Amino acid sequence: MRPGPDARGRYGRYGGRYVPETLMAPLLELEEAYENCRIDPSFQAELDRLLRDYVGRPTPLTRAEKLEKALGGARIHLKREDLNHTGAHKINNTVGQALLARRMGKRRVIAETGAGQHGVASATVAALLDLECVIYMGEEDMARQALNVVRMRLLGARVVPVSSGSRTLKDAINEAMRDWVTNCRTTHYILGSVLGAHPYPKMVRDFQSVIGREARAQYLAAEGILPDLLVACAGGGSNSLGLFSAFLGDLGVEMVGVEAGGEGIASSRHAARFPGGSPGILHGTYTYLLQDDDGNIASTHSVAAGLDYPAVGPEHAFLRDLGRVRYEVASDQEALRAFRLLARSEGILPALESAHALGWLMRAAPELPTNARVLINLSGRGDKDVDQAASRLGIGP
Amino acid sequence: MSKIGIAFDRARKEGRLAFIPYLTAGDPSADRSLALFLTLCRCGADLVELGVPFSDPLADGAINQRSAQRALAAGMTLRGVLELVSRIAPNSVPLLLFTYFNPILRMGVEEFARLAAKAGVDGVLASDLPVEEGDEYRRILASHGIEPIFLAAPTTSASRLAAVGEATGEFVYYVSRTGVTGERETLPPEAREKVEEIRRITGKRVAVGFGISRRSQVEQAASFADGVVIGSALVRTVEESGDSEDLPALMERRIRELFPGRGSG
Repeated sequence: MRPGPDARGRYGRYGGRYVPETLMAPLLELEEAYENCRIDPSFQAELDRLLRDYVGRPTPLTRAEKLEKALGGARIHLKREDLNHTGAHKINNTVGQALLARRMGKRRVIAETGAGQHGVASATVAALLDLECVIYMGEEDMARQALNVVRMRLLGARVVPVSSGSRTLKDAINEAMRDWVTNCRTTHYILGSVLGAHPYPKMVRDFQSVIGREARAQYLAAEGILPDLLVACAGGGSNSLGLFSAFLGDLGVEMVGVEAGGEGIASSRHAARFPGGSPGILHGTYTYLLQDDDGNIASTHSVAAGLDYPAVGPEHAFLRDLGRVRYEVASDQEALRAFRLLARSEGILPALESAHALGWLMRAAPELPTNARVLINLSGRGDKDVDQAASRLGIGP
Repeated sequence: MSKIGIAFDRARKEGRLAFIPYLTAGDPSADRSLALFLTLCRCGADLVELGVPFSDPLADGAINQRSAQRALAAGMTLRGVLELVSRIAPNSVPLLLFTYFNPILRMGVEEFARLAAKAGVDGVLASDLPVEEGDEYRRILASHGIEPIFLAAPTTSASRLAAVGEATGEFVYYVSRTGVTGERETLPPEAREKVEEIRRITGKRVAVGFGISRRSQVEQAASFADGVVIGSALVRTVEESGDSEDLPALMERRIRELFPGRGSG
């Protein structure tokens, strides 16, 4: 089962295309090019080859037995997207979109980035495919993810600091869209999550769906049965949707998307769109978002830059309304505790984003049935977060 | 014919472009903004555009972004803009709101249309609402006697132009270049051809905006368009002289520089 979107890019009442008129032509052009590539065996073959030989897919499925002991009872597997080239799931999408850009004859690509992982993944494929690359990044994120800024520059991308608004991911997307509206004839915008105007939410989901297809087959091969519960963090929601999409028809498989609880929902310093938000329009799509009574977009907070965004992908809003996926939150503190636990128990440093999925599981584990089969998407590795973890956890060099 | 159509016709009869100045409502404050809009009416505006400040104005360049931030910081909201409209409208030329769609959606389209009509709004341009998403919005605005104005861009195809022509009120707002709002040196050379295409396909009047900030551009536009929108060049005056007692007088002088024959009070 693959719900939607319909021809107008709608997932139920969510999604659509709310953009300045100038962007309608490039969106329609992109939709047509993408639909052609989707059914073109030579495009798919090229994509599969790069995912295998360059990205390093398939990524492993790892049983986490020591984590199981720490959490008492559940049987836990990790889908190891942290082992992809560049260290996160983001590259699954950028490889696909960069190939598409080349097919459309666009030699310049732009991207926004929060945690820097999507920026690094975009700069990487731009280097590989000889595309000019400009990355927009909020100044606050540049400070907290400085390592990734250096990586992007080493890869030949120009990193443009964004100083407007909250100086985080939302503002980076505003600035990338301003670039795109200006240069759309020569430039492809590599949007990094299941967000934005149609066809982006669908296209990014499709490129990330490799996570779920692999994980489902690997889990069946290893365990002979499907998992009971999938858990993944949800900022825009591309890693979670990538995992969930392959299991939507498996009605016995429960799914939980974990939003950033920040310092708590009551504090208003969070990025939990479902408990704290309402439907509205941001960056071209109608979905759940954090806004004030006058329709201005609220500021957000999360220790994880990649979750620090006021809207969630429209398909998530649809899946939530359907009751197919449940959305929960994990706080900054819970994510940091999970970060440390996974490092100590399994020898894996997770990205702070991915640590939210684990952070929720740590809280929920006592209530799970004994021997519940849990599959967590470990969407990225935590190398980029060591500075922040050091200061937050009080570990000096 | 609507008040908007009458305003265009009057300009044409006088052998000139319709002059459509834009300012962000509430910049630098609600009261000073009121004085500025009354100045625009007094200086010979044919229509006036009020920008509704929004937190994430992704179609706007730096000047209008900063303007929206000042207005938001001073407490302006969509409800506040409508209140401002009700104070301007009794002595005014037709008033257009230039807004992003989310504030309207948050208020509720029906409630917005009701309050806007009551306040005296004549037309609304929602800059991130393409015709494909605008059916219900158009129907509701029309039922309250408000004209929805849709935009066309250099990238708009002939088939979409036909849809824009169907959907829009008395005129099409032509975004003169691919890009955001802001001051530019020249009009793109293809603007004339595109405006003529829009007029041919839609049968509607065409006002040109985005990047018009010099008298030479206004004179150029006069040879092919029906109206011209001047925004950032005026907003900059607010930014530079927002604290000055003389702001309305400075605005009047700026209009006279840009639009010969207007601004004489």
